[in-house]
Amino acid sequence: MDMQIFLQQLVNGASLGSMYALIAIGYTMVYGVLRLINFAHGDIMMVGAYFTFFAKAAGLPFEVAVLIGIIGAAIVGILTDKIAYKPLRDAPKISLLITAIGISFFLENLFTVLFGSTPKAFSAPEYLTKIFHIHGIYLPISVIIIPTVTLLILAVVLWILYKTKYGMAIRALAFDIQTVKLMGIDADRIIMIVFAIGSALAAIGGIFYAISYPSIDPLMGIIVGLKAFAAAVLGGIGSVGGAVVGGFILGFTEIFVVAMFPELGGYKDAFAFFFLILVLLFKPTGIMGQDLERGRF
Amino acid sequence: MLKVRDLEVKYGVILAVRGINMHVEQGSLVTLIGANGAGKTSTLNAIVNSVKKSGYVEFNGKDISKTPTHKIIKSGLALVPEGRKIFINLTVDENLRMGAFNNDEQFETLRAHVYEKFPRLKQKINQMGGTLSGGEQQMLAIGRALMSQPKMLMLDEPSLGLAPKIIGEVFEIITELKKDIPILLIEQNAFAALKIADYGYVLENGSIDLEGKASNLLGNDEVRAKYLGG
Ligand SMILES: Nc1ncnc2c1ncn2[C@@H]1O[C@H](COP(=O)(O)OP(=O)(O)O)[C@@H](O)[C@H]1O
Ligand SMILES: [Mg+2]
Repeated sequence: MDMQIFLQQLVNGASLGSMYALIAIGYTMVYGVLRLINFAHGDIMMVGAYFTFFAKAAGLPFEVAVLIGIIGAAIVGILTDKIAYKPLRDAPKISLLITAIGISFFLENLFTVLFGSTPKAFSAPEYLTKIFHIHGIYLPISVIIIPTVTLLILAVVLWILYKTKYGMAIRALAFDIQTVKLMGIDADRIIMIVFAIGSALAAIGGIFYAISYPSIDPLMGIIVGLKAFAAAVLGGIGSVGGAVVGGFILGFTEIFVVAMFPELGGYKDAFAFFFLILVLLFKPTGIMGQDLERGRF
Repeated sequence: MLKVRDLEVKYGVILAVRGINMHVEQGSLVTLIGANGAGKTSTLNAIVNSVKKSGYVEFNGKDISKTPTHKIIKSGLALVPEGRKIFINLTVDENLRMGAFNNDEQFETLRAHVYEKFPRLKQKINQMGGTLSGGEQQMLAIGRALMSQPKMLMLDEPSLGLAPKIIGEVFEIITELKKDIPILLIEQNAFAALKIADYGYVLENGSIDLEGKASNLLGNDEVRAKYLGG
């Protein structure tokens, strides 16, 4: 592989990995506080992309539409918790899991019924779709912006988790919900914050996805969501840093394997699950996941 | 300060607390003693609504029977839970910060107080809670509860699993605290508890078997036979 192609794949991998990372953070944070694999999380990404699409179609400037997409997804995420998960706080975890799968089907089908299953073209403003050619590398500006924004967001999330009292409460919740309540903390409010953050990041991932591909459909969250889930497990479920590392590993692998062995292109969606199986077999705590002893985030 | 009437706790078909009545007066240290499994922890958890219960609980003149846990704590009733429940994945300092969650302005002052009271914690400010020894964790758990500036403190078996020398220290700390704040102390270590308490309740199989002045209970034959080793 020559240098140009290598660099080309590197930027593509970073950009794809960023989307996985953004979505994986939500999986991992919700798991941390509720011990729930929130299978509806991939669909929240779709919801964010749709809100953005319609806000833009209604004539709002793109930046405002993005904001509406992020806030809309956060609200939908919070509502799924309040309506579907909160009544099950004391129920067995398996009930929660089944409910999450139900919410996932519900969102996918609701959006299909409301807006049709045909993909909708998603157009972003010129400054986000500009393409540079540098020494033969094909460089859409989005592949620079996406990883940069992702790393900035990671820094903000880590700052919240480690430097604010709400972040500390999120980490404390990963240890024990009853004891968090004994601190006079409204645990449901902390869980709400987790859903808000996770859903907002998923929306950003969904918008990046829509800009890159550039179309959206009601089922767009399924495969990306599952891969992001695999990324979260690979990085160590419960660990925000791990989710990002897992997301990037997955993004790079997918891009590089296909570049080196084009005949495997048809299997590209399978790598994530191959990793998932390996991790579950040999190191269920993932790369950065640790016992609570050293903290989950 | 705290009034409990007809408190009952059920786990499925098991009746763990069978309609008990208790009082803790302003300025007093009351102890609830009883064997393992008598229902002591269930009683405390029921008071703060950590477990489902029936009955009436009043704190500081207010009915808190149906109040959610975090609001009871906010209203000034702190519980140091059985097994200490330190956030092992948070540092010592962060554990204290959690205790002062609703007390942002006083945090610095209160923290200074806690470190003054427990100098050993001060040397471990940035250490993870899980790396502390049992005794240090107990001090952190008490310190963390004090960070909410409680009007009353409930302690669930603070001596559990500690070395004898450390147990002595913990009881000294409780004796100190007693000067400032009413306490409801749960103990299996009945002798030590009755020695520092004003009043005591003896719980057996979920019912109050005996109650009275701590000094009287210390002299009571039944109590001596069952809980004080003869
Ligand atoms: N979560 C629970 N589920 C079912 N039974 C419980 C639970 N917690 C305690 N019990 C039972 O309730 C009784 C009282 O327990 P507990 O309040 O912990 O007693 P103590 O603190 O005095 O040792 C025991 O028989 C115990 O087995
Ligand atoms: Mg107990």
